[in-house]
Amino acid sequence: MNLTKEDKILEVKNLCTSFFTDEGEVKAVDGVDLSIEKGKTLGIVGESGSGKSITSLSILRLLQEPAGRIKEGEVIFKGEDLVKKTKKQMREIRGNNISMIFQEPMTSLNPTLTCGEQIAESIRIHQKLNKKKAWAKAVDMLKLVGIPSPEKRAKQYPFELSGGMRQRVMIAISLACNPELLIADEPTTALDVTIQAQILELIKNLQKELGTSLMIITHDLGVVAEMCDKVAVMYCGKVVEYADVKTIFTNPKHPYTIGLLNSVPKHDEDVEGDLSIIPGSVPNPFHLPEGCRFAPRCPHAKEICLTKLPHLEETFDGDKVRCWIHSEEWEKQGKAVNAHE
Amino acid sequence: MFLYIVRRIFQTIPVMIGVTLAVFLMMHLIPGDAAKIMAGENANPEQVEQMRENLGLNDPLYEQYFRFIGNAATGDLGNSIRTSRPVTQEIFDSRFWITVQLAIIGTALAVLFGLIAGIISATRKYSFADVSLMVIALFGLSMPNFWLGIMLIYLFSVNLGWLPVAGWGTWEHMILPAITLGTAGAAIIARMTRSSMLEVLDQDYIRTAYAKGVGDKLVIYKHGLRNALIPVVTVVGLQFGSLLGGAVVTETVFAVNGLGRLIIDSIRAHDFPMVQGTILVCAVLFVVVNTIVDISYRLLNKRVDLN
Ligand SMILES: Nc1ncnc2c1ncn2[C@@H]1O[C@H](COP(=O)(O)OP(=O)(O)OP(=O)(O)O)[C@@H](O)[C@H]1O
Ligand code: SF4
Ligand SMILES: [Mg+2]
Repeated sequence: MNLTKEDKILEVKNLCTSFFTDEGEVKAVDGVDLSIEKGKTLGIVGESGSGKSITSLSILRLLQEPAGRIKEGEVIFKGEDLVKKTKKQMREIRGNNISMIFQEPMTSLNPTLTCGEQIAESIRIHQKLNKKKAWAKAVDMLKLVGIPSPEKRAKQYPFELSGGMRQRVMIAISLACNPELLIADEPTTALDVTIQAQILELIKNLQKELGTSLMIITHDLGVVAEMCDKVAVMYCGKVVEYADVKTIFTNPKHPYTIGLLNSVPKHDEDVEGDLSIIPGSVPNPFHLPEGCRFAPRCPHAKEICLTKLPHLEETFDGDKVRCWIHSEEWEKQGKAVNAHE
Repeated sequence: MFLYIVRRIFQTIPVMIGVTLAVFLMMHLIPGDAAKIMAGENANPEQVEQMRENLGLNDPLYEQYFRFIGNAATGDLGNSIRTSRPVTQEIFDSRFWITVQLAIIGTALAVLFGLIAGIISATRKYSFADVSLMVIALFGLSMPNFWLGIMLIYLFSVNLGWLPVAGWGTWEHMILPAITLGTAGAAIIARMTRSSMLEVLDQDYIRTAYAKGVGDKLVIYKHGLRNALIPVVTVVGLQFGSLLGGAVVTETVFAVNGLGRLIIDSIRAHDFPMVQGTILVCAVLFVVVNTIVDISYRLLNKRVDLN
């Protein structure tokens, strides 16, 4: 478990990103720490609004400024802090060293440009190839992501392609310049179940083939089990548990993680993997609880949970958990305060 | 695409029938006896009756209508009462071209300034430049043509003496009428471009472009503007149409001998064939321009289902 800095392609330290709205500050990401090892896959899971997308957009500095802003923290990519980079330096990194795939294949492609052009554009920008060579490479990319008759497809517009095909085009765009890190924000949520499996398979195979590191955001614990080496569980802008994928499923430690796992439908039930089965709801981002943010919904919550925020601490088996239960303090505490269950 | 163009041209046929029918009926239903007027003030009842017979006004209405479109199709719109020359000659000798020239320059100005203002506004949302441009646009929209025209003449022609007061012929003559005509359009296009651009810049594919490492300028012009222009094109087409209407007032203010002034003068002189012919030509021009706009909209907007 003792990794040197060189093994980490990305290390996010105490990242804080806020939106400044008319009603006040929304701390969308509030002190997130995580890291990705070279060639490995990190999964980020959590309920809607927990700050997963904002974390990934912050890494690439794609927030809609000035409303959204990185307030503090570091994003160390290959030893350099991306937060300190100039706009121009960031442009050279985006799509070249770090790429991103978004959730909505229907709206993430430009409707007025051909698919080929949208792939070729980033090849021209980053690899300084001429139009013809960039186009040829774009066609190669389409072939790589398994699109039949790529020459023809390259000349088509996104509306002429199905959702699954479009997501393949997105993948082709993101991998065109052979990035070291790929961030996929719910890449399959909007697709049919069978297509989902194909797209995940494709990402997995290409990752292996190209040696790309991957950060995958998902609602689906099945995807986590399938794809990831490490998992970060997020709740209200904070990482509450960070562990090996095996440990998350066999020995989850944070009450929220346990709740998530229990809310996964059994195989014989024909329900979507809805994570909202944990009683209660996500707190209002303007009025976050003072202590542990999960306290209002936590069956184990005690006095200390309501007043003091737990830290992300390493436990006996190397996993990191943000919960008082796993501290020495816990035994000294009185009874649970919540009356759930 | 070729098929679409052909079909779109065929679609204008019912519109044309409607237009000719409307113009024809309008002339027949408005008060005033064409035969009486054409026969002259001192004509006796027999002469009027003779005139009515000559004009075919005693025939059934549908026969008259078919004769009207039959003649119109061969370019015969009758003779002007005022000048006795053929209406088509009166229109196409010079007046038509003057108005078209005026409308094109007015539209060009409207598009140029409207787009520039809209893009500046959208990319600097809520800045001083944005707010001032939108206030100016609001003024531009609410100013009546005749008032704006008179103010421009007062400032640039009378006070500063830079431009001629009225008339037509040189490019100096065109400036003020074109500005007068184009201002409202520029204001509409600016507002439309701004809102369309703001909507587009919020789209997921703009974020995708940034995520690829595309620079700000290229994102705005290549990824943003191209999409934002799609709804603007329709407005430009409608603008051209209302410009023809605006030409009536503007040509009168600037004493430009175009179609607009021809209509006014002909109405004053009860010159029925002339009014009828001019309105028909304007209507056809409007239909043609709209068809062209529709086709270019289609070329821009590849998303519209081809069926
Ligand atoms: N433009 C914005 N203005 C204000 N608040 C925002 C904005 N974008 C996001 N937020 C807030 O940031 C928080 C985190 O949002 P984020 O999109 O990262 O959630 P998420 O975990 O990706 O959820 P989902 O699973 O629904 O995608 C939310 O509470 C949201 O209210
Ligand atoms: S800190 Fe307390 S409230 Fe928070 S998860 Fe742990 S036990 Fe529950
Ligand atoms: Mg999200």
